[in-house]
Parts: sequence; structure tokens; C-alpha cells
Amino acid sequence: MASAVHISQVSKSFGAVKALRNISFEVNEGELFGFVGPDGAGKTTLFRILTTLLIPDSGEAKVLGMDVIEDYKKIRPQLGYMPGRFSLYQDLSVEENMKFFASVFGTTIEQNYELVKPIYHMLEPFKNRLAGQLSGGMKQKLALSCALIHKPKLLLLDEPTTGVDAVSRKEFWEMLRMLKEEGITIVVSTPYMDEAKLCDRVALIDKSEILQIDSPGNLTKAFTKALYGIKHPDKYRLINVLKDYEFADSVHPFGEFIHYTDRRGSIDESGLNEYLDSKGLTEANIQSIEPDIEDLFMSLMQPEELHV
Amino acid sequence: MSELAISAKGLTRIFGDFTAVDHIDLDVKKGEIFGFLGANGAGKTTAMKMLTGLLSPSSGEAKVSGFDVYTEAEKIKKRIGYMSQKFSLYDDLTPEENIRFYGGVYGLNDRELKDKKDELISSVGLEQFRNKQVGSLPLGWKQKLAFAISIIHDPKIVFLDEPTGGVDPVTRRQFWERIYEVADSGITVFVTTHYMDEAEYCDRVSIMVDGRIDAIDSPSGLKSSFNASSIEEVFISLARSAERGDG
Repeated sequence: MASAVHISQVSKSFGAVKALRNISFEVNEGELFGFVGPDGAGKTTLFRILTTLLIPDSGEAKVLGMDVIEDYKKIRPQLGYMPGRFSLYQDLSVEENMKFFASVFGTTIEQNYELVKPIYHMLEPFKNRLAGQLSGGMKQKLALSCALIHKPKLLLLDEPTTGVDAVSRKEFWEMLRMLKEEGITIVVSTPYMDEAKLCDRVALIDKSEILQIDSPGNLTKAFTKALYGIKHPDKYRLINVLKDYEFADSVHPFGEFIHYTDRRGSIDESGLNEYLDSKGLTEANIQSIEPDIEDLFMSLMQPEELHV
Repeated sequence: MSELAISAKGLTRIFGDFTAVDHIDLDVKKGEIFGFLGANGAGKTTAMKMLTGLLSPSSGEAKVSGFDVYTEAEKIKKRIGYMSQKFSLYDDLTPEENIRFYGGVYGLNDRELKDKKDELISSVGLEQFRNKQVGSLPLGWKQKLAFAISIIHDPKIVFLDEPTGGVDPVTRRQFWERIYEVADSGITVFVTTHYMDEAEYCDRVSIMVDGRIDAIDSPSGLKSSFNASSIEEVFISLARSAERGDG
């Protein structure tokens, strides 16, 4: 399969701060590829390199087969980019923003209407409203429509769902699925671990480095420890009591469960139950469970350390 | 005094012809961790502004820590803590300077400040960084420090507005363990979040839709009454019915 993005050994520093260290990955044509990691991991720096807005210190970066430094003028017209911050013109209307972005890329709304229609039609009732007066979810839809209006080959979306509620996030991912069906290659970043499973392939990124790249299904297989979900109404005590257990390996709250791994590997649940009983946590529910991507991420990441 | 940290009845706020908050009823018990959920634009921010004494309601009543939101807003402000993801600390001040600044704002005297400063810096684990600019700290540490500072004046209630947005998964959990600790010490925690797994850590949760509170219960109570396996499912089924959009 042809490669839409080819990044090899790319590093980038800002003064003493290393934003990216030796990053390598490929995105295939037509793929929905996700970068998942917390704030400060290096996601935005990476997107600025892909959009030819920043020059890497070292390594090779090719987008749509072209070099980001030498061929930046040829790359830009083929990219759709949605930066992390809302960067449309707040004092232009919805329609004026669309027309502006279309004209910058030498096209018209009409020419590519079919592509943006499923998203843009939700905004059309408000096409005369100023962009600055739109709600968060509508701004997001307008920004996506503007990024698409010139029918780009590659769509680069930097944290499009940050600060967005669970319903709008779900809708946004449905739109991305639809665009993928149209054959557009999509690279998207997110701090929400649960969005990783919606991508074809995912790179987990933390502290300027890629921890792992694979399909969501293969990623969770990389978590090889036996994992247990433990539930008790007194969650705070349960966390503390588990952390004090001599065999405890990791103890992480996960919604209604505490995810637990044991230094002995897989365990006899009744032994742990006895221990919990002895600490007054009777009738705790212990079950063997499947890991998700967040479990893997936490097992791979280094704790945030402070450097003097 | 009652055992309620917050009690609101028919609390409403209208802007022009737009009802941002529409007759909400809310009781939050002392020492409770209360999750305040809702879609973007459902009215959470407006409701929080009324409960923190920053915005006067159009109608209805509310008491926070026993004080009336209409007539005793200044007393409320002194007895609550507030921290948000968007604004927390001054990046170009050191942890110590931030502590002195906020401690001063809340009226701590020099001796109290001196004691608090050391206690707080060691509770967060920032001993070696007390003289570094806050802007150079990783986000998760900044948020832990901001949380500690938000309760520097021993408030009765602390309001946390999306405190963990963008924070890595390990630090996010450490943050919640601090929330448990603080609640255990008797401070009521009122928290908003877009992470639905965090809703499960709360004692009780409310879900706002179009300015109303459409559901309020313990996480397990909500799941069983909506026949759902997670709070995310409950949230989506309620918020999908929103007519307001996220306006």
C-alpha cells in the first residue's frame, strides 16, 4: 500500500526542551491513524511538521510522497488542517468562512459540496451567524467543513475533540468514519484513550516519544499481565488497602472497578478475597478482565518526573 | 446548621429570551464527591457561577455552605475553593509565590501562610521546585499544585471545573486519589468532567440537559434506572435528546 505519511527518525527541540525524540512511523493511504497521548507529549509539534509549518532538526519527513522542506509548496494545497485551537474568523459568518477557505484554495463551495454536505448541512440553518457566536460542537463542525472544502488528500486533525462532551465526540468520530469511506487519509490526535479504539491504527505517544504503534486489537494483546477488576462500594478504602497488599503490582481506578495486577502473575482470587475480608472489605467482587488501551498506556509510560 | 453543603430549589437564570438554567433542584451533602455532568452548553457553567456567588440567579433559591446566593455572595466566596483547567496558576511565578499570592487573596496572615506553604509544598512533593517557575512544571504537577492551593484556606466546599483535562492517565488517577483524600477530610467536592469513567468515582452525579437536571443519583443508581452498563451510556441517552444543540 502506498504511504501517505513517512516519518523517519525525526527530532525537534525548542531550546533545551526536546519536543520530539527519534519519531518514526508510516501512515498508509486511506488509513484513519490516531496519535493518543496527554498534553505535552509532542502531538502538536508533530502536526506542525506534517503541515510543513515547522522544520525538523533531524530525520526525514515525507507527506504524500513529498519532502516537507523541499516540496512544502506542493504539499500544502493537498492538506486539510484543523489546528487544536479554533482558528476560523470569528467575525465572519459561517458561510463567509467557508467561501474564504474555498477561495484561498482556488475552489468554490459548490464544486466540492457533495463531500462537505453531510457535515455542512447541519450548519446551513445558521449560515449567516458569526462563527464566534457558534457553540463548541458547531465550531468544530465548521472547522472540519473548512478543512475539507478543497477536497484534500490528507486530513490532519490536532485534538479535534478536546473539551468536547461525550455526545459530540461520538458524532465527530462518526463523521471521520464517513470521510474515511470517501478515501481521505486521516491523521488525528487525542488525549482521550477511549478514542484509540476508533482508529485503524494508533501510535501511543508520551514525553516526546512513541511508546507503541499497532491496531487497537493488537495493542491490547501487548498487555500480557493477568488483569483483575475489583469492585467494592468503599472505593477509596479499597484503593488504599490494595496498594498496601504485599503482592500488589499495579492498582488503578477505572470507572466502577479498580484494575489490579499482581506480582505473582495470575492469582487465586480467594486469597485476595481473604485479605480484603481481613481489612473489613467484605463481599468485594473480583473478576478476571480484558485490558483496554488505557491499561497498556499506563503500563508503558514513565511517571512524570521532575528534573531540577 | 443543616447537613447540606449546597441546596438549590428552582434555581433559574435567564439571559434575554434564553433560559440558561431552568429550575434546577440540587442537594449536595457535606463531604460528598458530587459530579456535575452535562453536554457543552447545557448550562453547567452558568449554574456553577450562581453557586459560587459570581452571578445572581433570575429566580429560585440556593444556599451554599448555609449562605444565601442572593444576599451573602461574599460570605460564600470566602468559604469555597475553586480550580479550573483553563485558569489555575500564574506560570511566571514560582510555586511559593503562587501560594503566597492566593493565600493573601484568601486573607491568611503571615504565620498561617508560612505554615501552610511548607505543608502544601511537601504534600504535593515539590520541595525541590519551590523556586522554579510554575510554567516549567509538567501539566499534571501544575494541576496537583493548583488543587492544593484551591483549598489553602480550608474551605467547606471546593469547585473543580474539568480539573483533569489533557492530563496523562496515571496523573489523572493520582489526582482523583487526592480528591478522595480531601473529601475524606470533610471538604465537599463539586466536580465537572468530560471523562465518563471519572463520573463513576463520584458519590452522586447529576446530568444537565437543556438547562434542566434530568437525572441525579449515585452512579450505580443511574445505571440501574437507565438499564445501562456505564455512565457514558446514561449520559449519551440523555444528552442525545437535547433540543438546544450545544448552544
